[in-house]
Amino acid sequence: MARVEMTAHLKTLFPALAQEPLVIDADTVASLVQILEQRTPGIAFYLCDELGRLRRHVNIFVDGEMIIDRPKLSDRLKRESVVFVAQALTGG
Amino acid sequence: MEKRCIIGTRKGTFLCQKVGSEYRLKLCGHAGVSVNYAAVDPNTGSLWAALGFGHWGAKLSRSDDGGVTWNDTAQVKYPEGARYLASPDPGEEGEGEERFVARRATLLKLWVIAFGAPGQVHIGTIPGGLFSSQDNGASFELNRPLWNHESRGGDLFTGDGNGKTHWFGTPASEGEFAPGIHSIDINAKAPGQIRVAISTAGVLESQDGGATWRGRNLGMTNDYLPNPEAEWGHDAHFIQSCPADPNHVWQQNHCGVFYSSDGCQSWTKVSQLEQGVHFGFPIAADDQDGRTAWVVPGISDQKRMTIDGGLFVARTEDGGQTWQQLRRGLPQESAHDVVYRHALSVSENAVAFGSTTGNLYLSEDRGETFQTIANNLPPIYSVRWG
Repeated sequence: MARVEMTAHLKTLFPALAQEPLVIDADTVASLVQILEQRTPGIAFYLCDELGRLRRHVNIFVDGEMIIDRPKLSDRLKRESVVFVAQALTGG
Repeated sequence: MEKRCIIGTRKGTFLCQKVGSEYRLKLCGHAGVSVNYAAVDPNTGSLWAALGFGHWGAKLSRSDDGGVTWNDTAQVKYPEGARYLASPDPGEEGEGEERFVARRATLLKLWVIAFGAPGQVHIGTIPGGLFSSQDNGASFELNRPLWNHESRGGDLFTGDGNGKTHWFGTPASEGEFAPGIHSIDINAKAPGQIRVAISTAGVLESQDGGATWRGRNLGMTNDYLPNPEAEWGHDAHFIQSCPADPNHVWQQNHCGVFYSSDGCQSWTKVSQLEQGVHFGFPIAADDQDGRTAWVVPGISDQKRMTIDGGLFVARTEDGGQTWQQLRRGLPQESAHDVVYRHALSVSENAVAFGSTTGNLYLSEDRGETFQTIANNLPPIYSVRWG
C-alpha cells in the first residue's frame, strides 16, 4: 500500500484528503491517480489535463524521486512506496 | 434587490452591493485564486466564476447561495481527438506547405461565461472553444461546428482539415500561444442567435443555435496586417449588443472602436482620436438604446496606458458619431489604470469598472459622475452587474 502525502493546498480544495493516513493500493502512479479520483471525484483533473498528462506546475515524487513519465504516469510503485504530490509555481 | 456587481480579480471573487445609500464590498470566495470572469445567471441567480489555478488548471465554480459557499461544477474538458492548427513555436517543426502544426487541445483558460435561455450556460475558452451546457452546468459540450470552422482549418477530428488556420493566438493565453473566445453575445429575443469574438480572428455568428457559423467581419479594418481589409485576423477585444435592440452591436478592437447597426452584417469604424477614443479593451452597450455605448480608452496598443495620466470614460449616444469624455470623480493626475475587456459593465443608469491597479469606480448617472469604491483590490479582471 503506497502512502500518499500531498500539499496542503489540495487538502483545502478536497477536505476528504485531510484524513490521515492516505494509503492506496496501486502499482503505478497512473493507477494511483485513478483510485484517488474514485475516492475524491474531480481531483484527477486538478493533477492532470484532459490527456492524462501531469500538469506543468505539479510534481509527483515516488520515494523521493521525481517521476519520469509525466505524459502517462507509468512510473511503478513498490508495496511501501511514499508518493508525494507537490506544487511548483512562482509569482505573486 | 439593491444594485449589485460581482468582481473577478487576481486574488478572488468580490461582491459590491448597495446597502442603503452606500456600496459595500466584500470578498465572497476563491481567496488567493485567479478569477478570470465572474457573473450572475439571470435565470437562476447563481453566481459563476471562471477560475485559473496556477497549479491545478482552469476550473468552473458556482455558488447557489449568493457567494456563501462555492462548488466546482462539471468541468470543461476538450473531447478526445480535439486538435487545432497553430504556427509552430521556435524549435517546433511544422508539416506541409503552410507549416502549421496540429496541437492536441487541452484547456488553457476559461475566459468568459454567458447565459442564454434558462439552463443554458456558455463558456469561451483558450484554445478557442465554445462549450455549452443545456442543463445548468451539469455537463458541457464543445461546439464542434465552430471548432471545425473552415477559418481555423476545418475538421481535425476525423481528418487533417484544410491545412490552414486564420486564427492567431492571444497573449492572454496561459501557456501556449493560442486563440481565445472572450465574447459570447446572445440575442435575448432569439437565443439561437449567438455571436462570438475571438482574439485573434474576428467575429462569427450563428443563427441556428450553434449548428452553423459564418464570419461577420465586413467593414472591419486592421492596421497590423499586410491586407487591412482581410476577412480574418481581427483582434476584437470585446463585443456587446444592445439587449433591447440586438441589431446594434459594439466592438472595441485592437484597431479602434467599431459599430454595427445591422446585426454585424457590416461594421463602421467610429473611433474619434480627438476625443481619445480608439484603443482600449472593454466596451458596454446600453440596455435600451442601441446607439449608446461606453468605452474606457487607453493610449495606443504600444503603450496601453491612460492618456496623459488622466482616467476617463467615453460615451456616445449617437452611434459613435460623437463621443463625450466623462472625467468627473475620476483621478486626473498620475492615474495609470488599465481596464481589461470584461471589467466595464452597464446596467440601466449604473456604470462600473475596475482596473488592473485594483481600483473600482462606479457611477449611478450613466457616467456623469463617478465615485471610488476601492483603491486596493487585487488586479481586476471582470466587473459585471447582476
